[in-house]
Amino acid sequence: METVDTLLHTPVVLVSLTILIYWGAGWLSARFKSALLNPMVITIALLICFLKLTGLSYEDYSESGRMIEFWLQPAIVALGLPLYNELRHIRRQFFSLLITEVAGCAVGIISVVLIAGWLGASPEVIRSLAPKSVSTPIAIEISRQLGGIPALTSAIVVVVGMLGAMTGLKFMEWSSIRRPVSLSLSMGTAAHVMGTNRLAQYGDRYGAYATLGLIINGILTAFLAGPIVDLLI
Amino acid sequence: MAKQFGIIFACLAAGHLLSYIPGLNIPASIWGMLLLTVLLERGVVKAATIAPICKFLISNMAFFFVPPGVALMLYFDLIAAEWLPITVATVVSMLLVLLVTGRLHQYLHYRHKKHRHGNR
Repeated sequence: METVDTLLHTPVVLVSLTILIYWGAGWLSARFKSALLNPMVITIALLICFLKLTGLSYEDYSESGRMIEFWLQPAIVALGLPLYNELRHIRRQFFSLLITEVAGCAVGIISVVLIAGWLGASPEVIRSLAPKSVSTPIAIEISRQLGGIPALTSAIVVVVGMLGAMTGLKFMEWSSIRRPVSLSLSMGTAAHVMGTNRLAQYGDRYGAYATLGLIINGILTAFLAGPIVDLLI
Repeated sequence: MAKQFGIIFACLAAGHLLSYIPGLNIPASIWGMLLLTVLLERGVVKAATIAPICKFLISNMAFFFVPPGVALMLYFDLIAAEWLPITVATVVSMLLVLLVTGRLHQYLHYRHKKHRHGNR
């Protein structure tokens, strides 16, 4: 028993466990092809159950957690490559893209902050909600910068992505948004990586525009979220 | 491999330096991303040089985010207390972003096309 306990407090063991669970979850979602079976969500849920069952606290996990989370930052830097690959598209329609993205970004931040405020959310929660449309790693960094709760932000971001991937196309059909490029751009803007994944199956052009939407919104949110939140609360 | 990691981490380190610019609350990683784009655009770094490491990091992004997700277990009480504003605000706002971005981009495209057509 003591050996098990020591093992569970060895960071490498918990890192390995995280990798194994993620691997299994990836296999599951590939096997059953469902938007609900997101490997990341399954891994998080299983790990929380595991920690609760073994009586480990989050602090016990956090050292292993930091080793994995560390790689988020270089991963965001790596997005510079797809951004560079999209520069051609950006230059060709710079102004329509910029206007659209600034509007989409501002609407996303303002609406979530105001609605949450009206319904009585605490300032801490509102600050965590502000970057909700942006891809998780970026949103976490922005939330931290804003004084929100990064963990809450990451959960919301995943929910937004799942909802967007599941309902986004239907909703845009109702709102008569039919141009493939516009559709892809807004999926990437509203539902980040998960919305982009949903569209990638239709072809490279869809994927490229969705990626564009997600990256530009990420950058704009980093610049705009702070001032907007300060103005509204 | 060392060269690729070197480039990514050099951008990140420079990003950390830039993130101390007062008044602008931009995360270091966003600065790093923009720096990498500039280096690629200026031809200082070749896309082919860093493509493998970028592909690796981007395709595994979801995994790196597992620990902050696990930290959620610290906030179950908070979520239970404020689930209503959280859910409503998130869903409505997500749909609004889809609507505004999609409609506006579509509108600008058709207006631009009509304008060009009218000038002929």
